[in-house]
Amino acid sequence: MNPNMLKYIIKRIILAIFTVWVVITVTFFIMHAVPGGPFTSEKAVSPAVQKAMEAKYGLDKPLMSQYFTYLTDVIQFKFGPSLKQRGRMVIDIIFDGMKTSAKLGVIAAFLALIIGIVLGSFAALLRNSFLDRLIMVITTAFVSMPSFIMGSLLLVAFAIKTHIFPANGAASGGLVLPIITLMLYPMSYITRLTRSSMLDVLGQDYIRTARAKGVSGGRIIFGHALKNALIPVITYFGPMLAYIVTGSLVVEQIFAVPGIGRAYVSSITNRDYTMIMGTTIVLASLIVIMNLVSDILYKVVDPRITLE
Amino acid sequence: MSEEAKKEGQSVPENVAPASLTAADFAPADEKEKEYMVKMRPQTTAFKDGIRRLRKNKVAMVSFWVIVLITLCALIIPIFWPYQYEAMLGMTPGKPVDASFQNLKPMTYSATELTRIEAGEKVFPHLFGTDSSGRDYFIRVVYGTRISLAVGFFASLIVLVIGLLVGAISGYAGGKVDLVIMRIVDIIYSLPDMLMVILLATVLKQAIGDSLEGTVLARIGSNIISLFIVFALLYWVSMARLVRGQILSLREQEYVLAAQAAGAKGSWVIRKHLIPNCVSVIVISTALQIPSAIFTESYLSFLGLGVNAPMPSLGSLASDALNGITSYPYRLVIPAIVISLIVLSLNLFGDGLRDAFDPKLNG
Repeated sequence: MNPNMLKYIIKRIILAIFTVWVVITVTFFIMHAVPGGPFTSEKAVSPAVQKAMEAKYGLDKPLMSQYFTYLTDVIQFKFGPSLKQRGRMVIDIIFDGMKTSAKLGVIAAFLALIIGIVLGSFAALLRNSFLDRLIMVITTAFVSMPSFIMGSLLLVAFAIKTHIFPANGAASGGLVLPIITLMLYPMSYITRLTRSSMLDVLGQDYIRTARAKGVSGGRIIFGHALKNALIPVITYFGPMLAYIVTGSLVVEQIFAVPGIGRAYVSSITNRDYTMIMGTTIVLASLIVIMNLVSDILYKVVDPRITLE
Repeated sequence: MSEEAKKEGQSVPENVAPASLTAADFAPADEKEKEYMVKMRPQTTAFKDGIRRLRKNKVAMVSFWVIVLITLCALIIPIFWPYQYEAMLGMTPGKPVDASFQNLKPMTYSATELTRIEAGEKVFPHLFGTDSSGRDYFIRVVYGTRISLAVGFFASLIVLVIGLLVGAISGYAGGKVDLVIMRIVDIIYSLPDMLMVILLATVLKQAIGDSLEGTVLARIGSNIISLFIVFALLYWVSMARLVRGQILSLREQEYVLAAQAAGAKGSWVIRKHLIPNCVSVIVISTALQIPSAIFTESYLSFLGLGVNAPMPSLGSLASDALNGITSYPYRLVIPAIVISLIVLSLNLFGDGLRDAFDPKLNG
């Protein structure tokens, strides 16, 4: 590894850490800018009780000291108790939700990658054929459809009208529709990305050399071209995770999947501040880390890519 | 053009390899001959050229007319439509609620309306039926389209103005200013935007809700305003990067150097070289920003952070429809189709614009 690369990686890691710090800080101060504070929605709380509550959660201390306490807590993943789900810690709720959500997200991401790469390669190989056109039309349509609409339409078509899959995400087989919903957008995006980068690669000299040597079409695609054509796909890892995280908020809502997305949305409607803060920080850190990994991987995989 | 040239050609004396040269051959060219020599294609500009290419692109043109049609419908239909988007039919103050108006299927009438029709009155049909509060669904979809389009347009405008300003300052000033601005841009760029949008929208909704009371802005609603604030805070960064990059790279172009060497003043270079070359890129990325803003708005509406009730947007209509999805799936399908159509046509038109005006970016 050359020193330039090391410098780049260190720079990116520092930026990532800084970004996470910004997220934590912004989250903290935004939540404290809310007029009234977290206990205003409680019914008929006497001033004394409110004082006691604030003292319990440390809300009576000066803002800066609250901030530093919070910062040290967050580093140790202590997000405190949920304000609305009595007796539960935020980190436990996140952890419970993560089990389902991670399964959902990981399967969706893998399917999107595999199907997208295969479809994209075929589209590039059969350029301007009927199949290519069809693939492009379908993926364009999918890219233009918000995830919640896609999810709702799938729900109507496959769970309510035909009962092929259960409408409830907690039932057995209930994750099929949420996974398809989450998968379609990244799959379409990867298909288009693979197609255009594959077309780019197929025009290069070493492919012509391979052709001249008599290598078969399939071997050219999968043995020679694919490896290079996939490099741009790596850059999509970060955005894909971000899409899946935000998409899962609505998809889990639609299909009633007991994941972190649904917990997050209900914490927004309930104004469960500690929960909102904790979830935002965890999800944001995940996305930042994934962006970091995909950026570094991108540079490491292809030595031709110049470093700034 | 070619016929004209032929005509011209005949009128010009044939002097290919003359046997002997006379004094007339050495006379200065007369006006007619000069005109023949300088015959050119009609003058064209980069803009006209781009429009010509755009017109040839069928997909882009169809998308363009779809957008125009949808926009015109959203603007004009509410003017003459007999129903209002917030009017709950069957609810008259002081009388019991006429529940027969609620949840009408498309093209059906309520009991009261049926008796009126029997009496010989003409009643305007409910094209898409009514919703659970007895509101005409067609006009709500039209209004929702209007709101979604407006949000997309104005959000992109905000992004454009802020991004253009910051990017231009950063690109021109260079040095420390540039460095600081670009680091800020880097950080905002790496923030997970949707999560931040949700967070800001949640808080702003409560923070500015009260202070808006009684002002003109209250009509727009605190949620839309917080959406605009969110856009102004977070989404300008890619525009700023783009503008800065354009300015930096254009300044180094040979033709700018050539113009400067030929004695062009700074203002000339900006007017004749920098702006025309920047504009296409900026317009294209603004055009592509509109569908993404519409996406964001509908997403937030779905989470309950979008427009304030009773104002509809396509996202909030779709999200409301989820409650009665088993009985009334068309209430979801209609706004879903409209929003997909808008986003799809805007995307395709934006792609067409890019292909037509900036062949360099095409890839």
